[in-house]
Amino acid sequence: MTVKKTKHAMPEQEPKERIKNFKEVPYGYDEETAIEEAKRCLQCKNKPCMEGCPVEIDIPCFIKYIAEGDFDKAAEIIKAKNSLPAVSGRVCPYEEQCEGVCTIKKIGEPVGIGRLERFIADYERKKGVKNPRKVKSTGNKAAIIGAGPAGLTCAGDLAKMGHEVTVFEAFHAPGGVLMYGIPEFRLPKEIVKAEVEYIKKLGVEIKYDVVVGKTISTEELLDKYDAVFVGTGAGLPRFLNIPGENLDGIYSANEFLTRVNMMKAYKFPEYDTPIKIGDIVATFGAGNVAMDSARTALRLGAKKSYIIYRRSDVEMPARDEEIEHGKEEGIIFKLLTNPIRFIGDDKGRLKQVVCIKMKLGEPDESGRRRPIPISDSEEVIDIDTAIIAIGQNPNPLIPQTMKGLKIEKWGNIATDKNGRTNIPGLFAGGDIATGAATVILAMGAGKRAARAMDEYMRSKKLKTNISKKHKVLAY
Amino acid sequence: MVAKKAQAGQFVILRIDEKGERIPLTIADYDREQGTITIIFMEVGKTTKQLGTLNVGDTIENFAGPLGVASEVKNYGTVVCVGGGVGIAPLYPIVRALKEAGNYIISILGAKNKKLLLLEEEIESFSDEIYITTDDGSKGHKGFVSDVLQKQIDNKEKIDMVMAIGPVIMMKVVADLTKKYDIKTLVSLNPIMVDGTGMCGGCRVSVGDKTKFACVDGPEFDGHEVDFNNLMLRNRRFLKEEEDACKLKEVK
Repeated sequence: MTVKKTKHAMPEQEPKERIKNFKEVPYGYDEETAIEEAKRCLQCKNKPCMEGCPVEIDIPCFIKYIAEGDFDKAAEIIKAKNSLPAVSGRVCPYEEQCEGVCTIKKIGEPVGIGRLERFIADYERKKGVKNPRKVKSTGNKAAIIGAGPAGLTCAGDLAKMGHEVTVFEAFHAPGGVLMYGIPEFRLPKEIVKAEVEYIKKLGVEIKYDVVVGKTISTEELLDKYDAVFVGTGAGLPRFLNIPGENLDGIYSANEFLTRVNMMKAYKFPEYDTPIKIGDIVATFGAGNVAMDSARTALRLGAKKSYIIYRRSDVEMPARDEEIEHGKEEGIIFKLLTNPIRFIGDDKGRLKQVVCIKMKLGEPDESGRRRPIPISDSEEVIDIDTAIIAIGQNPNPLIPQTMKGLKIEKWGNIATDKNGRTNIPGLFAGGDIATGAATVILAMGAGKRAARAMDEYMRSKKLKTNISKKHKVLAY
Repeated sequence: MVAKKAQAGQFVILRIDEKGERIPLTIADYDREQGTITIIFMEVGKTTKQLGTLNVGDTIENFAGPLGVASEVKNYGTVVCVGGGVGIAPLYPIVRALKEAGNYIISILGAKNKKLLLLEEEIESFSDEIYITTDDGSKGHKGFVSDVLQKQIDNKEKIDMVMAIGPVIMMKVVADLTKKYDIKTLVSLNPIMVDGTGMCGGCRVSVGDKTKFACVDGPEFDGHEVDFNNLMLRNRRFLKEEEDACKLKEVK
């Protein structure tokens, strides 16, 4: 039997159409295509794909069920490990994980594992997710701080182990970056809500408007709960620190995307939160957040949307798929270009950015070639809006308020690989521990922490029981 | 829950309904036993205007806090507390806390007119001296809070600290004045915010040439270091949209 060398294509909205709306770009596989794609899997013995999966899904197994047309069984296999498959099936960098090590890559494109995961998650959601089986309660109580990908995964896994779980969320909505950061056209918010509903069905309670560190302290949670997980994510955006950066018209990507995604400013004035962008928008940075921002700007009506990046296309950190989608939609990439100052009009409105051309030198500590300014290469670009998407530092609230907690250089919480902090019973994972990374790595961290918390709570209980017995004996 | 933790100088974020905007308002008072928070606001935009139409017993969608770093309450010695307009509201718990910490309190309150003067009695009860100014002279001195502050500086032996909360321009004038005499001055800033929890970066202010975030580093900052002009500029970012939103929704 010969294997088809390329993945089955996933139909998409036409670029010309999609830049006028916020609807999702790819439509997903239909049943026939999914089965055909699943048949490309060799079911090889060594399963390298599983090694590449941060949430440990039994990938060949669920693909085998798809090939046999048993989608319910496939869903069961995925859900056993991953409570948010519709999310990870859309935003995972598969090319670097499962698909990156797929055996048939030797002869062609890997199996479309991400597309298949998405297909199953969507199939199950449309059909109506089955209520999960109730697990016998352990009587242990766990608190999760932050309802983002790390927190939700940790919460779901702990609930599956029989612990009582309460999630404390600072915002009015769950999902964290899935809600405020990733745009609707890449991850529809209805899907995030549906996945959160599933987590709730596992028995997890979510409390909104609770800012841990302010409304209630981490210490209080440690008193009331047997174990606590911190998944407060990346917060404070980084800025370029160049003159004119506080002019009217310059947003951090976080502010821009939060206004548009979580607060639904693209529906202003139906929704109260405004956004304004003018005709020409420049996004600085070239990661996924930058691509999201530049593509969002087009959908808000920008006539020109630039990505301005100081290195070359090889170093762009965004996923190839995002860059490709951006190019199709008409994003203008100005590479090896670095902003040096912003210029405003007499009212303080942004008008222009002055950039300088760069060339690449020797590799720096990140392993990427260091950009070096080329003298006398200044260029003035007219822009109405600037979006700064060059990364963010961990959220400061818990590191700032929790006494005795070990913090690393960039303000992130120090943990071991299973999320243990230096404080017994306190665990952390996701961007708050690693610095800004991906959704799936945060989910993986939430998963490992859940196991460590389970172990911690069980052994703590055992010790208390033993000491109780000893007390009885002592009398 | 918020009332249990609220301290002078902190703020809350609220949202009226599912489609509402998140807006920050500084806490004017709190009662830990009753579990209540008092906020006093001026109807300036759509959310505050809508808030003004609510009755006792009505509810709002979201209310989160207390946010920001609390005022540093200690015995400074002689403290002048300057409040302007609706800024008098958040000044009140600070006056009370500073008085309880043993400071000699001189309060200077400014308003457009007598009718718009807030919390005079409450603040007076925690002040050793109190002075009123109004724009139209309907009560107290006709003129600005800075006129009275100048007099106090001229007359008093020593002023250890000035706390100023009010319109940005008032805080700027006060800070410019005290800078000449090198009197430590704290101001409470009110930039536009979205999340209020250290995530979006919308509330960034320039303090001593460094970018600070009012929601987690503030809202109080050293008045001599704040770039007030930039704050005024950034607070005007969405004036037109706010106006349009009010018109469209027929909120008056």
